[in-house]
Amino acid sequence: MHGLINRSIECFLRDTYGVGLWADVALRADLPGTSFEAMLSYEDALTWRVLEAAEALLKKPRAVLLEDVGTYLVSHANNEGLRRLLRFAGVGYEDFLHSLDDLPDRARLAVGDLMIPPLELSQQGDGRFVLRCGPGMPGFGHALIGVLRAMADDYGALVMLDHLGSRRGIETIEIRLVERAFTEGREFELGARTG
Amino acid sequence: MTGREGGAKGPLAGGLVPALPQGSLDVLCPMHLVLDAAGQVVHAGPTLRRLRPGQVLTGRPFEDLFEVQRPQLPAGMAALLDQAGTRLHLRLRDHPRTGLKAVLVPLAPDDAGRRGAVVNLSFGISIDEALRDYSLHSNDFAPTDLAIEMLYLTEAKLAVLDSWKDLNQRLQGAKIAAEEQAYTDTLTGLKNRRAMDHVLARLIRAGEPFALMHLDLDWFKAVNDSHGHAAGDHVLQHVARALVDETRGEDTVARIGGDEFVLLFPHLLRRARIEEIAQRLIARLEKPILFGTAVCRVSCSMGTTLSSFYAAPRADVMLADADAALYASKKMGRAQHCFFRPRAEAG
Repeated sequence: MHGLINRSIECFLRDTYGVGLWADVALRADLPGTSFEAMLSYEDALTWRVLEAAEALLKKPRAVLLEDVGTYLVSHANNEGLRRLLRFAGVGYEDFLHSLDDLPDRARLAVGDLMIPPLELSQQGDGRFVLRCGPGMPGFGHALIGVLRAMADDYGALVMLDHLGSRRGIETIEIRLVERAFTEGREFELGARTG
Repeated sequence: MTGREGGAKGPLAGGLVPALPQGSLDVLCPMHLVLDAAGQVVHAGPTLRRLRPGQVLTGRPFEDLFEVQRPQLPAGMAALLDQAGTRLHLRLRDHPRTGLKAVLVPLAPDDAGRRGAVVNLSFGISIDEALRDYSLHSNDFAPTDLAIEMLYLTEAKLAVLDSWKDLNQRLQGAKIAAEEQAYTDTLTGLKNRRAMDHVLARLIRAGEPFALMHLDLDWFKAVNDSHGHAAGDHVLQHVARALVDETRGEDTVARIGGDEFVLLFPHLLRRARIEEIAQRLIARLEKPILFGTAVCRVSCSMGTTLSSFYAAPRADVMLADADAALYASKKMGRAQHCFFRPRAEAG
C-alpha cells in the first residue's frame, strides 16, 4: 500500500487520539519503524495490521474507523492541501461528484505510483447517485463516505450517504443530494495555495 | 455591452458556421474582446472585465489597454489584422501589468469593407501571478480551459515535492548519525579503527607532516583479571578521556583494539615536544583509577614514527614501524616511549 495511505491512517490516529495511542498501534502492528514515510511503499499486510490494532485498541468497527479517516483527510486543518486539491474538481458538489470518475487518474497524475480503486458514478435522477468502487482496497468505500460527507460540508451541500455493501470486491455507495446550497460552504480561492 | 458578437445579423453570421446565439462567446471564451474596425473595444468577455473591475473597457482603443510585446507591430488596426491567427504576447498597460497570450481573428467586413476583430486572451504561464493579483474562481475559466488542471497539478506536485524534501532531510540526518556511529568506538566514544584509517590516508594524501603514535596499556590484563570486565571498561573510558585531554583538538585519538590506541598528530614532527606529550601521558595514566572500592593501576607504552622518515609515507608501513617502536618500549620494561629508528639512522 502506498505510503500516503498508510501515513494518512497514522496521522488520523495521532491527531485524533494522541501520540500515545499511535505508539501502541505501531507496537501492536509490529511496525518496522515508529512512523510511515509518505513517499515510500509498504506491503499491504502492514496496513491491515495497523487497522486491526487500531480497531482493537479503540474498540471501533473497521467501517466507522475508515469513515473517520475519510472525514479527517478533508476536514482537519493539517490536510488543507488535500481539501484544496479536491476542490479543484468543480464549482459545485454535483461537479465534484461527477469528477470522482477521474479521481484515480488525478491521483496518479500527482503521485505516479499512487493507485486507488476505479470509481464509477451513475446518476439515478431526483438527486440520487450510485457510486461503485472497484476492488483492491477493501473498506475504501467507507473512507470515501467520510470524504464525500466532509466535502459536502465544504461545498455547503446537504447529502445523505449510505454504504450499500460489497459484492465481489465492489463496494456500492448511495448518495442523495438533498440540497445543493444548504449552507454557505467554505471559501475556495484558486490562488490561495497553502504550501 | 450588448454582446454584439452574436445574433443572426452579427458579424460572425454567414459562411459555413451558423450564427452563434447571443452570449455564446462569453461562455466559450470568457477572456475575449470584440474590436470594431477602428480598433475600439465593443465588447469584453466577463473574465476580462474582472481584471479591471472599476473600469469600463467598452469604447476604449485596444492599443490604450494593451501593449503588444511580441511581435513588434506598428500602431493601427491594419497591423493587428495582419497578425490574424498568430500568437501574440500582450501586456496590460496599467498596473497590475499582467502578461497575456492572445490570438486574433478578423470579423466579416462591414458595408464599407472595413473589418473588426475578435481577440481571445489567456493567462498562459503567468496564471500564478494572475491569481495573486485578481480574485478569480473556477467559473471564470471556460469549462474546457486547462488552467484549472494546471493549477491542480502545480499544487499537487508542490505538495509531493515537499514530502520528498521532508523525507530527504530525515534520511540525511539518519545518514549522518549512521556514519558517525560507523566511525565511533561505542565503549569510549573515541574514533575507531575505520575512522583512523581514513584520517591517516587523508594525511598521507595531502602530504602533510605528522606523527603517528601507537599506544598500548600496560598491566591492563591484570585489571581485567582481578577486578572483572566492568572495571576494565571503566579504565578504558577513563584512559580515553585522559588521551583526549592531553592532546589537541586537531589530533586524532582512536581505539583500534582491546587496549590499543593510535594517536595522529598533524603538523607535529618535533621530537622533544612529542617526548613531552608521551611523558605526560604516562604520568597521567599511572594515577590510580577508582572503580567502586577497587583501585586500578595501569600505565602505557608508546612507539612513534614520523612522516618525515619516509620519502613516500605508506599507512601500513608507518603503522608497522610505530608498532616496532612500541615493542621496543615494552622490552625496555614498559611505561616507556620510543621513536622508530629508520634504517639510515639505525646504521
